[in-house]
Amino acid sequence: MSEQSKGDLSLVALTKSFATFTAVHPLDLTIPQGSFFALLGPSGCGKTTTLRMIAGLEEPTGGRIRIGDSDITETKAYQRNVNTVFQSYALFPHMSVLDNVMFGLRRRGDKDAKAKANEVLELVQLGQVANKKPTQLSGGMQQRVALARALVNRPDVLLLDEPLGALDLKLRRQMQIELKRIQQEVGLTFIHVTHDQEEAMTMADSIAVMNAGRMEQLGDPATLYEQPRSTFVANFLGQSNLLRARVNPGGTDEMVTVRAHDVDLEVSREHLPDGVGDVWLGVRPEKLRLGESGGPNHLRGIVRDVSFSGVATQYSVEMPWGQELIVIQQNDGSNRATLGEAVTVSWAAQHGFALDASQDAEAGAELVDDHG
Amino acid sequence: MAEAAVLSTGSAAPPSRRRRNWVPYALLLPGILWLLIFFVLPMVTLASQSLQEGNVDDGYVFTANFSIYLDALKQYWPQFVRSFVYAGIATGLALLLGYPLAYFIAQKAGRHKNLVLVLVIAPFFTSFLIRTLAWRTILSDDWFITTWAQNLHITDFLQAVGLTDNDSLLNSQFAVIMGLTYNFLPFMILPLYTSLERLDPRLIEAAGDLYASPWQTFRKVTWPLSLPGVVAGTLLTFIPAAGDFINARLLGNTQTTMIGSVIDSQFLRVLDYPLAAALSFILLVLIVAMVSVYVRRAGTEELL
Repeated sequence: MSEQSKGDLSLVALTKSFATFTAVHPLDLTIPQGSFFALLGPSGCGKTTTLRMIAGLEEPTGGRIRIGDSDITETKAYQRNVNTVFQSYALFPHMSVLDNVMFGLRRRGDKDAKAKANEVLELVQLGQVANKKPTQLSGGMQQRVALARALVNRPDVLLLDEPLGALDLKLRRQMQIELKRIQQEVGLTFIHVTHDQEEAMTMADSIAVMNAGRMEQLGDPATLYEQPRSTFVANFLGQSNLLRARVNPGGTDEMVTVRAHDVDLEVSREHLPDGVGDVWLGVRPEKLRLGESGGPNHLRGIVRDVSFSGVATQYSVEMPWGQELIVIQQNDGSNRATLGEAVTVSWAAQHGFALDASQDAEAGAELVDDHG
Repeated sequence: MAEAAVLSTGSAAPPSRRRRNWVPYALLLPGILWLLIFFVLPMVTLASQSLQEGNVDDGYVFTANFSIYLDALKQYWPQFVRSFVYAGIATGLALLLGYPLAYFIAQKAGRHKNLVLVLVIAPFFTSFLIRTLAWRTILSDDWFITTWAQNLHITDFLQAVGLTDNDSLLNSQFAVIMGLTYNFLPFMILPLYTSLERLDPRLIEAAGDLYASPWQTFRKVTWPLSLPGVVAGTLLTFIPAAGDFINARLLGNTQTTMIGSVIDSQFLRVLDYPLAAALSFILLVLIVAMVSVYVRRAGTEELL
């Protein structure tokens, strides 16, 4: 069984419905072998259900799951070469750390269980606590034991269910780097479920953003951030200023102009979805400049709020039509604006992105701050 | 503000600490008194009674007659052995029956949990005696259970292994063991339920995720984590079952007498108080010895 053919993980029309609602609408997704993949979305978006279906802990209502050439849809959890790092760690309280880590190897009758377990414990820097009970360890250490326990089996796919959720911010940052290092070292496929967009972007090679049981967008972190294809992605991954605009006819191959509140603004054609007239013109707060140096797009407004955070200053600039734009200015020595000052906000054409205006401009925005 | 708080707790600490010192003892007092009057005192009386000679009419004198213990053992060892064997089998059966049920209630019953628990406790609403008497009806010769057991050759099997002497079920070792199992089953289920209820279902998922088959998951995760409940349940079943005399009297025959029956008749019918007291003491010591070996071997100190 350990010699199972490895390969990409593919989900084909994977579906999960419960009596009253559909948790995961037919989902097609291929996750390349050896990649660090993130499933990102707010709670209840179906990401954990998807993960549990891959682990075999939840039976799909429809669709297939394949690893390479082998179809594992019908197999039981314990027959799958897939391991999970559970959100609550789920360490066996009656076993030592070492026994916890050896658990999977022992079930497969591995003769070198102890040596392998010790090696992995060294990898996660826990060699010195091998004989302790999990309850004697701190949260961060328990987290690493859970990781070691899954990692030691060299699964085809390693699933991480909000693995850092219970850690405090500082430890979480540290573990993010650690996890990424370990993944690169062992070269296994990691699928990381999280609601923390920053965590997903820091760690993953590619991210699937999920919302209400559907995949909103799939891509590498930079593409998702720079070119979101829906207002949900634009708001859930970082902040976005969205301006209601109408596409002007004409334009060049590279550039299109849109009219927002009686101002013509330029946007790259490749950032404009085909065949739409009414759009949300989006631009990230850090792409906006105070003054006219940012690019050809200018808007004038009044500074209503200034908050200085050291690295950067965040401004809220009120437009004549009442909307407030968020501007983040790096602390790079440029002039700071003061409260009540009339300023010009500018940005370059390639920094804007246009989204179909039929979507809710607030989608995803309210979900960003409410994670626990 | 902070300074004031420190000062106020500083000045308030000594009296409150003094009070806290005697409060736990005051709370212990009723329990200690209860134990003194209803446990220690009777024990001392019993011990001294066992070493006295005489009779009810002429009174007793203390003679430090330790040989009574040897005589009692010599005469009644079959009843002792029988008691422990019956209690042991009944405990094993209760565990076999109770474990799946407790597991079901704790992990699968969902919103019916309380209802099922009430059903487990429901027999306690009638008296122990009545319930045991009901078994006389259930196992009687003209009731369908005996007929079915005869048709299915279960009675033949029971007779072959020596649990019954003839074609009926009643008045046999079988009936006594059934009665003991039935009567003490709730004492097995409740502690099992408590420890299985605390079992995190995610641990079972984790075991499955780590290639453990359902049977291996049970053996490596569920069972060891439920050991505190198993130990508590077996003790709560075995100890009263070993000293029981109702089941043997109502469901057994002269060949199934348990030590409880002997003590009962020595105390209340034969009126040989020293012998009855000595038998009680031997039973107590044997049970304490067995339980301490058992608890140590189960190695549950750190699990409890």
